Amino acid sequence: MDNTVAAASDAPLMPNETIVHEPGEHVFVPQHRHHFETEEQQREAGSFGMWLFLLTEIMFFGGLFFAYLLYRNWYYDAFVPASNQLSIPLGGANTAILITSGFFMALAVWASEVRRKGLLVLFLILTMLFGIAFIGIKGVEWHAEWKEGHVPGAGYDIADFVNPKAHGINNEKPLQPDMAQRTQLFFFLYFGMTGMHAVHMIIGLGVLIWLTLRARRGDFTAGYVAPIENFALYWHFVDIVWLFLFPLLYLINRHPLVH
Amino acid sequence: MDHEAQHEQHFHDPANVTNPEHAEHHVVTPAVYAMVYATLISFTILTIFAANWDMGIFNPIVALAIASTKMVIVILFFMHVKYQSNLIKMTVGAGFFTFLVLITMTLSDYMSRAWGLL
Repeated sequence: MDNTVAAASDAPLMPNETIVHEPGEHVFVPQHRHHFETEEQQREAGSFGMWLFLLTEIMFFGGLFFAYLLYRNWYYDAFVPASNQLSIPLGGANTAILITSGFFMALAVWASEVRRKGLLVLFLILTMLFGIAFIGIKGVEWHAEWKEGHVPGAGYDIADFVNPKAHGINNEKPLQPDMAQRTQLFFFLYFGMTGMHAVHMIIGLGVLIWLTLRARRGDFTAGYVAPIENFALYWHFVDIVWLFLFPLLYLINRHPLVH
Repeated sequence: MDHEAQHEQHFHDPANVTNPEHAEHHVVTPAVYAMVYATLISFTILTIFAANWDMGIFNPIVALAIASTKMVIVILFFMHVKYQSNLIKMTVGAGFFTFLVLITMTLSDYMSRAWGLL
């Protein structure tokens, strides 16, 4: 069995070490279920299933992205000033924070593969901390939008867009009231998309707590990497969604009235 | 042969046991992850600069191109698809292809609705 991770001993592997088995040697791998011929077949089946789930997630977020695409084209004049009300420093910082969280998750997979329990727990906790920081900053942004009256259906105020100069916004053209109402569509999609993204992160953070507790027990540092690996797929997928949300929501047209 | 003995014999289909198609478990090193991380951060800074630069209709195209590049890097390295079997690669590719087909067909519908009315 050419499986480089499965081994009988619990000792940590050196970074470049692989375990070589004699042909025909009987290797017992505790995580290997009897209905799979080999442990690597089991692992591939697990990855395959996880990817199928992620494809349904692509379709789920895809519907939201399509709604965004269509309304952005129909009401572009409303989407530009609405998008310019979002904070690039906060959104940009959150993008960096999420990429950092994903980086630590990738390192956690590595720590599990080379069987370093301490490092695995550390990387899982770092992944969690950066995830929590992301949600925190998002909460600060949502709170600011609530105070500005930019939450559709909850005291939405078009004043910022009908008469920008009176509200301290000097680089936007005033909109007609009917077009100014369309800014609600932008904020509806903004809250829907960032909200669904945040829900995915909160679910991920819950799973991370459970994985960290099991990692502390040594469940994932004796050759059984699959749960860490498949959770990492989910976490990176949620990252990817944000990689698109950031330019599409925050950076629609950041050079207004220049020409 | 009673049930117990039959179970003990544990028949294997040789085609499954050899499974040349199944990829080996490839361990991606922290050095590779660090390079991917640096690339993703650089592209994030690049996309903010690109947004502040007036390129006309090319602004959204550049923004989406940068985001797609970041996505492909994450999928290939963080999500290990570069090192996976052809089955996984096909699955991922088929998913994105289906998504693009759905976007194209729905957009064609919206774009062509007013044809002949104007």
